[in-house]
Amino acid sequence: MSVKNPDMRPELLQVKDLVIQYETSDGIVKAVNGVNFSLREGETLGLVGETGAGKTTTALGIMRLVPDPPGRIVSGQVFFEGKDLLKENKVQMRAHRGKDISMIFQDPMTSLNPVLTVGDQIAEVVRIHEKLSRADAIKRAAEMLQIVGIPAERMNEYPHQFSGGMKQRVVIAIALACSPKLIIADEPTTALDVTIQAQVLDLIHNIQQKYQTGMLMITHDLGVVAEICSKVAIMYAGYIVEYGSIEDIFEDPRHPYTKGLFGALPNLKKKVHRLSPIDGMMPDPANLPQGCPFEPRCPHRTESCTQKVPEGIEVTPGHMVRCICCAQGGGK
Amino acid sequence: MSKFIIKRILVMIPVLLGVTFVIFTMMYFTDGNPAQLILGDMATEEQIHELEEEMGLNDPFFTRYLNYLSDLLHGDLGTSYVTGQPVAKEIMDRLPVTVRISFCCMIFAVAVGIPAGILSAVKQYSILDNLSMVLALVGISLPNFWLALMLVLVFSVGLGLLPPSGLYGFKYYILPVVSISASAVATITRMTRSSMLEVIRADYIRTARAKGQSENVVIFRHALLNALIPIITVVGLQFATTLSGTVVNEQIFAIPGLGKLMVDAIKARNYPVVQGGVFVLAFIFSILNLVIDLIYAFVDPRIRSQYVRKKNKRQAETDNRKEVPA
Repeated sequence: MSVKNPDMRPELLQVKDLVIQYETSDGIVKAVNGVNFSLREGETLGLVGETGAGKTTTALGIMRLVPDPPGRIVSGQVFFEGKDLLKENKVQMRAHRGKDISMIFQDPMTSLNPVLTVGDQIAEVVRIHEKLSRADAIKRAAEMLQIVGIPAERMNEYPHQFSGGMKQRVVIAIALACSPKLIIADEPTTALDVTIQAQVLDLIHNIQQKYQTGMLMITHDLGVVAEICSKVAIMYAGYIVEYGSIEDIFEDPRHPYTKGLFGALPNLKKKVHRLSPIDGMMPDPANLPQGCPFEPRCPHRTESCTQKVPEGIEVTPGHMVRCICCAQGGGK
Repeated sequence: MSKFIIKRILVMIPVLLGVTFVIFTMMYFTDGNPAQLILGDMATEEQIHELEEEMGLNDPFFTRYLNYLSDLLHGDLGTSYVTGQPVAKEIMDRLPVTVRISFCCMIFAVAVGIPAGILSAVKQYSILDNLSMVLALVGISLPNFWLALMLVLVFSVGLGLLPPSGLYGFKYYILPVVSISASAVATITRMTRSSMLEVIRADYIRTARAKGQSENVVIFRHALLNALIPIITVVGLQFATTLSGTVVNEQIFAIPGLGKLMVDAIKARNYPVVQGGVFVLAFIFSILNLVIDLIYAFVDPRIRSQYVRKKNKRQAETDNRKEVPA
């Protein structure tokens, strides 16, 4: 990583015991259950997990954009530059959104307003947060388009006139327009095809390096994580089951779920006859098991796994694992 | 764009032809002899035959229809059997009143319906939402002539606040407009609510919120603009229904409009006036539809580009053809 002495940088974002639930007719869906992580300036944290693990809800929770109803942030703290975002009032929160923290959404096809020109949509965020005239805001929008690799002449066109990859560039331009300190990228490449994925990922990574913004990268692609993240949090059924630096996770995975994820990846160096998938399905978040959420699928499960949710254990400094096997000194 | 408009105007011709054919046929097969009606009960058999011959009532169906069409093309809607005046003049005397009433109805319906629908959608499942949905259900269900009678009963007869009939000032408009537009208000409210609910959940609304935009701008600029297409459709349709829907209520409030003219004409077997009235209404409907389509294009750039793209495509094709020989 290009960051020297990363531990010297001030803490940018700190999420503590965040709990988010959705109240539905089928009961309470426990989407995020006591999530902890932190991010320093200029650092990139990868939030990895399968669909429905609570990654997007966590991100929306940080932005306080969880749709309410049915969603509710039950407890926890989200410190951004030392201030608890969950205690800010609506107006203060609006001042953070788009200015300090901005978000790149998953599906570029639907995340742009179809009846406004892309130029207007970029200029809008500039005008909300910076006291610029309309003309200056438009000028800034044109600059932003060029930064993300779209000719400025196209700013008067509408979203339907752009391809998926181009739309995602526009979304990125909106996210970057006010030079935020933190970017939350929610699976920014999932909806794009593979060649465009690489381009968009490079673009995000370069901009992040250039402006030294902090980034929370939500993905289910471990390849993406390996490429751009310095820290990784593995999420499963609303819990962070393993959390550490990229070296910790990739070279010394401890949690059976993390190991399972790597086992399911094709590897060029090893000769494997068949990939080993993780058996079973993720538990229903409205009806989580009493003990370890991964217990029903875990190859190393024991009687005590069903008793209670295991606490996070620091196996080496900065490397947290939520598994009782590791507490007993096993795990490897 | 102008090409699109011209095309749409050309499409109106077969529509209007169809309307004249249907209404003419219906009038042709309707009971009652206009000659008898004009001359009254005292007329002799001979007098009636003479007048029938004179009016061309004994000609074959198609001869009569073609005669009617050729008159129509010359701008002649016929002569009223009852008053002996040109139908065109009679209609033009009455039409402004009906149009004015319908216009007031639509302004009232839009001014009440759209804000109520937005409020319902934004505060979904709240007391306000439930209340406006119940009122909307009532508004759609009540026949407007019954509502008119009840309003007259309460506000004119009972409370004596508003005049029960005639059309001589602002006060006179209140009861007709409220009674005629009740169902339009209800339909527009419901459509606005459902359209807004759909849009409010869209990803681009979340994007707008993530920009730090205030809730009012999110709702009015981002959501309403996108929810507008189905609302415009309903407003247009309701305008058309209101124009013809005033027929009965004009009778109740004794308003000298097109509706009253037509109802009287139907009772008197006054064919030319009925035919002329229906034709004029059909013409207004067609124009309204065209206007709605143009508003779509104005609101939604995707629809706008469809109109323009067709033109560009044709342009490109002709360009290609030019290039081939060279």
